[in-house]
Amino acid sequence: MEIVMTGIAKSFGTNEVLKDVNICLKPGRVHALMGENGAGKSTLMNILTGLHQADKGHITADGKEIRFHSPHEAEDYGITFIHQELNIWPNLSLLENLYMMRPKRSRWGTLDKASMRREAKQRCQELGIDLPLDNEAGDCSVGQQQMIEILRILMVNAKVVIMDEPTAALTERETATLFRIMRQLKAKNVAIVYISHRMEEVFSECDDITIMRDGHTIRSCPISDISANEVVKDMVGRAIDDFYPERTTTPGQTVLAVNNLEPQGHFKPISFTLRKGEILGVAGLMGAGRTEIMRALFGLDKQEGGTITLNGKTITLHSPSEAIKAGIAFITEDRKSEGLLLDFSIAQNITLPTLERICDSPIMKQSRLWDFAKKLSDKLHVKTQSISLPVSALSGGNQQKVVIAKWIGLSPSIIIMDEPTRGIDIGAKRDIYDLINTLTDQGVSIIMVSSELPEVLGMSDRIMVIHEGAVAGIVDRKDATPESIMSLATGGE
Amino acid sequence: MDRTQVTSYIKKLGPLIGLIALFIIISLLNNSFLEIANLKNLFRQVSINAIIAFGMTFVILTAGIDLSVGSMLALSGAVMAELIVTGMNPMLAIIVACLLGLFLGAINGFLISYGRIAPFIATLATMTIYRGATLVFTNGNPISSLTTDHAFRAFGRGDLLGIPIPAITMFIIFFVLWFVLQKTSLGRHTYAVGGSEKVSFIAGIKINRVKIFAYALTGLLCAIAGAIITSRLNSAQPTAGAGYELDAIAAVVLGGTSLSGGKGHIVGTLIGALIIGTLNNGLNILDVSSFYQQIVKGLVILFAVLADRKKA
Repeated sequence: MEIVMTGIAKSFGTNEVLKDVNICLKPGRVHALMGENGAGKSTLMNILTGLHQADKGHITADGKEIRFHSPHEAEDYGITFIHQELNIWPNLSLLENLYMMRPKRSRWGTLDKASMRREAKQRCQELGIDLPLDNEAGDCSVGQQQMIEILRILMVNAKVVIMDEPTAALTERETATLFRIMRQLKAKNVAIVYISHRMEEVFSECDDITIMRDGHTIRSCPISDISANEVVKDMVGRAIDDFYPERTTTPGQTVLAVNNLEPQGHFKPISFTLRKGEILGVAGLMGAGRTEIMRALFGLDKQEGGTITLNGKTITLHSPSEAIKAGIAFITEDRKSEGLLLDFSIAQNITLPTLERICDSPIMKQSRLWDFAKKLSDKLHVKTQSISLPVSALSGGNQQKVVIAKWIGLSPSIIIMDEPTRGIDIGAKRDIYDLINTLTDQGVSIIMVSSELPEVLGMSDRIMVIHEGAVAGIVDRKDATPESIMSLATGGE
Repeated sequence: MDRTQVTSYIKKLGPLIGLIALFIIISLLNNSFLEIANLKNLFRQVSINAIIAFGMTFVILTAGIDLSVGSMLALSGAVMAELIVTGMNPMLAIIVACLLGLFLGAINGFLISYGRIAPFIATLATMTIYRGATLVFTNGNPISSLTTDHAFRAFGRGDLLGIPIPAITMFIIFFVLWFVLQKTSLGRHTYAVGGSEKVSFIAGIKINRVKIFAYALTGLLCAIAGAIITSRLNSAQPTAGAGYELDAIAAVVLGGTSLSGGKGHIVGTLIGALIIGTLNNGLNILDVSSFYQQIVKGLVILFAVLADRKKA
């Protein structure tokens, strides 16, 4: 099946994710879809498979116009999407997962387990794989779970298969199996979309490539017509204008030294330092482990080894409350589930970690709390009629300001910010950048994790790049280019 | 005042409107309902459930549940009775019983916070354990004819200025806990933990302490309720308090507190307990068979919760 998408546009609220995207998927070819985080790759594929509806543009399959209202409908048509976060029921067996949505039934309407098992086994044999079909899916490796997804889509006679970062969590052997199966699919004239950040795999496995940036198609061509360097340039190629305020703070002496820190999971020992008034940008691809490192640093996750030295004193942090006491604040990436109590008012959210400090007693003094919250919300330009309104009534940008206000209220000496401007509008972004600069002028040190390369390059004094759970490099601002950071982040030279 | 404020007021007033309607209906059907003697009786009955339900409000606000309230009431009541029988000053015995209740509740709190056991399971287990301990302690027999001490007997059945002392106890506890919940950081943290443990933990709130407080408080209140019952009957029953957890939970839910935690208030719980008490009392006065009473009570709870959903 040949899929042609032309002039696709899509906005979520005021956020224009796709502006004008064109892509052509040919049967029997693997099509790489590349772009920075937030370039619009997933949105585009979600439109193709019916999760979202395009605002503008056309999609045709073999010349016939198509439009799906749900992923299920798209699957019936043979267009399937294997998401990065696999849709599995961890409490059910692999076999049950495989037939969950399209079970085989006996004449009596009961589930026909024997015939399901027979068919699954036969399919496994055809693919040359061995799966423990009766094991609980949650106990199986990501690779095995993914194979179940692949088996499942093969059963619906998929003609188009979209894979979003399929190798991100696979072992080398599992990756090799996946590639073998991809070649089998190709031989069956299936069109494959391969979303990945891994340059090496893209060049070895794909036939065509489309590069997206800021909701536009930058380039679409056979893979043989392009070099890895050109791909990186196309991905990041925008100029970093004066959108970012000028840095005026000169970092002072080292305040934080992290030595061979081992966060939970697959990490190599992490070492870095942070100076007074410095912004340390942390770049890396999704899943590289940036957030996990920060969680360990804040005492949220267990730290399996290494030392943290704060102002010359070695400290061990077992919980956020200890980190807060030590003067560290953590603005998490997920403001809805980790940063805010949505039923609480703006004022209540801002004063949550500081209640006893503000009131000097276990009894709350309403007027003091109010003044404190009011001062901070004004300082951050939170746009609201009243700080007594529930925080859920605010826009994303203003919610983020409330989260930041909450932490600034603690007067921390170090603030860890994980994706501080994700999903918020330009105006609010600029406000936050200005605030960050003001803070560093006052001697606060900031670790800023961000997936937006221009932001990292525009704001940081130094940039630490994480690649697959290890520090791939720490680059000074003056030496950093989009290409050099992207290259470190993708494991290049 | 905009629309969201209006609906939020209606939502808050809903249970109160229900209570007033109930009062009017029952008093129209039977005019002895509003007699002073009956109302005093009503408040005596309500106070036990209300005091337990106040603690349950804290627990449910943290998104927990406490099934062991009836057993804690029985065990602390039995220990208190035994102490009095063996000659301890009755007032001192009440204090010892309260400390025991506090301790039993704290055990629940530790199991749930540090032990990470689901509140339903943890308190289901301690409900059985505490009840068993009561039976072992009393050998399955009531401890009766405790004392003739006037002050002690008054605790459960006396009046002060015409108001039943258990009702006064209930109101004092109500005001103290209302203050804790609305005016102290501990109260704010209770709401925060129920709203989102994750957010609270990251904000540096010691969520385990908040939870232990809620359960220990409930244990203490159960002991006070147990003391009132023991004083009123001048005897402790090993089966006292059985099924009280359901009335307490019903009062909390009727009062508009969300079982998923983080939302609700103790004023609602007081009204909820009054609704249940009024129903019990009113249906008795109206000579409704106790079999039908249960059906009516269940229907009222369902109706109240459904009405709450509609408005939300």
